[in-house]
Amino acid sequence: MQQRSSSALDAIRDRIRVIESADRAVHGTIPFGIDAVDQRIPGGGLALGALHEVAGGGNGAIDGAAAALFSAGIMARTRGQILWCVTRRDLFVPAIAQAGLHPDRVIYAEVGDEKSVLACFEEGLRHGGLAGVVGEVAKLNMPSSRRLQLAAEGSGTLAIAIRRWRRMTEASDFGQPTASVTRWRISAMPSEALPVPGIGRPRWLVELIRARAGECTDFVLEACDEQGRLALPAELADRPAQTRLGRLGAAA
Amino acid sequence: MLVGREGRKRIVMAADLAARRLGIHPGMAASMAQALVAGLIVTDTDPRADAAALDRLALWALRRYAPIVATDTPDGLMIDIDGAAHLHGGEAVMLTDIVDRLATVGISARAAVAPTYGGAHALARYRAEVVTILWDGEADVLTGLPIAALRLPSAMIEALRGLGFETIGELLATPRAPLALRFGSEIGRRLDQMFGRSSEPFELVEAPELIRIRQGFAEPIAAPETIARYIGKLVGLLCTELEARGLGARKLDLLFHRVDDVLQAVRVGTARPVRDRTRLTRLLCDRIETVSPGFGIETMILSASLAEPLDYRAGTSSLVDTPVADISELIDVLANRVGDERLYRVTPVASDVPERSTRRVAAMAPALLHSWPGEWPRPSRLFSPPERIETVALLPDHPPAAFTWRGTRRRVKRADGPERVFGEWWKRDAETAAVRDYFQVEDDAGERFWLFRSGDGEDPSTGAQAWFIHGIFG
Repeated sequence: MQQRSSSALDAIRDRIRVIESADRAVHGTIPFGIDAVDQRIPGGGLALGALHEVAGGGNGAIDGAAAALFSAGIMARTRGQILWCVTRRDLFVPAIAQAGLHPDRVIYAEVGDEKSVLACFEEGLRHGGLAGVVGEVAKLNMPSSRRLQLAAEGSGTLAIAIRRWRRMTEASDFGQPTASVTRWRISAMPSEALPVPGIGRPRWLVELIRARAGECTDFVLEACDEQGRLALPAELADRPAQTRLGRLGAAA
Repeated sequence: MLVGREGRKRIVMAADLAARRLGIHPGMAASMAQALVAGLIVTDTDPRADAAALDRLALWALRRYAPIVATDTPDGLMIDIDGAAHLHGGEAVMLTDIVDRLATVGISARAAVAPTYGGAHALARYRAEVVTILWDGEADVLTGLPIAALRLPSAMIEALRGLGFETIGELLATPRAPLALRFGSEIGRRLDQMFGRSSEPFELVEAPELIRIRQGFAEPIAAPETIARYIGKLVGLLCTELEARGLGARKLDLLFHRVDDVLQAVRVGTARPVRDRTRLTRLLCDRIETVSPGFGIETMILSASLAEPLDYRAGTSSLVDTPVADISELIDVLANRVGDERLYRVTPVASDVPERSTRRVAAMAPALLHSWPGEWPRPSRLFSPPERIETVALLPDHPPAAFTWRGTRRRVKRADGPERVFGEWWKRDAETAAVRDYFQVEDDAGERFWLFRSGDGEDPSTGAQAWFIHGIFG
């Protein structure tokens, strides 16, 4: 009985979704592969053909290090070429490769200003041959984010805007409304305590600040492995068998 | 030494470095040179071969640098770099590149940039520097040059010298009318051309292998829609021509002759040879906004300055394979917008020094399939150059207990390391003994940093034992 009513509810939900997005193609989703996370996101994963915003918390708002890895991990689980638009040249590609995104798959566009980043971003989304586009921008207002969202909807390309500011005071811009479907904040957290001196697998506080037709939530997750997958910390779930990146002889 | 005739005199046209050291300079009488130096090797000039060689050089410059190139006989090239310099990293970088590349094939060249052809001609020949750039509002540099820089017949220069004129500035300060009465309008015309007061006709370099389509207009056109329509027509004709030769375009130049005799150019490049009408039209139409039509455009010339044989690729034959999306069109659009070298992929380099472990390759370069050896964690943001930090650390091989970076003191909670990176002695002498010890550290808040100490902590010859921060882990 319980089973039947939930399947009936699902059918109704699907019908409502079809009515809501009658003029919009549905492109599917990329699940994180963690049930606890996927169940909290409408659609069961990051929607393809949609714009998602990612920013770092604390100092990460300026360096955008965790946000870049989080985005790389998502892109690693897509298939095809990725366009990555930057204005600053401090992205270290070996780290992106360690998050599972092979260097052969990424084309970087290093442009002079934010306006060109948005132009390249949109061009990449409109083309449709790319698996995803990542753009590092500070300012993203309603009109430009709507352009990106529409371009992504049209082609089904996954769009991730890494929000990265020059100064801490500018980071309040993240509260402004945009047309993005989800908005994430990734902050570094102390890694798991090891029985020996040394650093364990990095951990992030992953906050879903905004989700269209969904609720805000947050998770403590372990950072990307070499296939771009996040994981639940061992205290919260049975620890999956994973090879970690090599750890050096500890000397703390 | 090369000898040629000017009128009835046999004079020296060119001399190599050894001859110049002996005091022989172009323009002196051949007999005088032979009297000065015994055993001089004298060869007659071959102006026709010289002109042909210069044409070949002009074609090379056309393909490599800018769409408007002309020969400046007997020994110069004129390149209109308006709107082309930024694609090569700016004027100074571009000029140095030109001079360096010519030097590798044994041509010693000097290059100059100026707002006018006359100015650039004079600066390239009468300034000692290899590369000269004249910015707007620095015209007084030109006034100090000798009058020989004015591109006047040598007899006229001799006569002017006889009257006591030495520099262009003196000539400028003199009333025009008496000069014109004696020498004709030539002096005034050349002065005006040098200072941008009158325009200068430009003869484009011609070559048989260059495919060129010309469209003249009875009424000058100016509206962007009209330009776009004619671009479509020209591209159609060009593609027919390319098809007849089995070629695809790598570089397209679209030149606009304006009614006020100004030449404007649009250049687009493609990553692979292309003969697709819609695609080429789109690339060109993307750039219409950079053209200012002024009072109207009289003639449009479309040329494929670089064309390569077009190879056909087999389509996907198996139903199992997913077709790989062709993104070369997108790459072309982006590359023409942001510049070729700003669009790249990054490939691994076998080097342990982090800043040397990456290399940029063209966006459409063949895939390498291998990645960095993924043994040690690497930070997602790398500082270049590394930033100096203040630390409290035990020597020789302990990570710091605390460090101060950008005015913030952080206590190190956990750390991993050291990872020792040796200097690459085959690159620089200074790196023969150099050592860096890298540590991954985590502070109270959980932020992870990549620190290193230059030196092994004991031997001062391996480094200054100073601490740096090199990157941030996510």
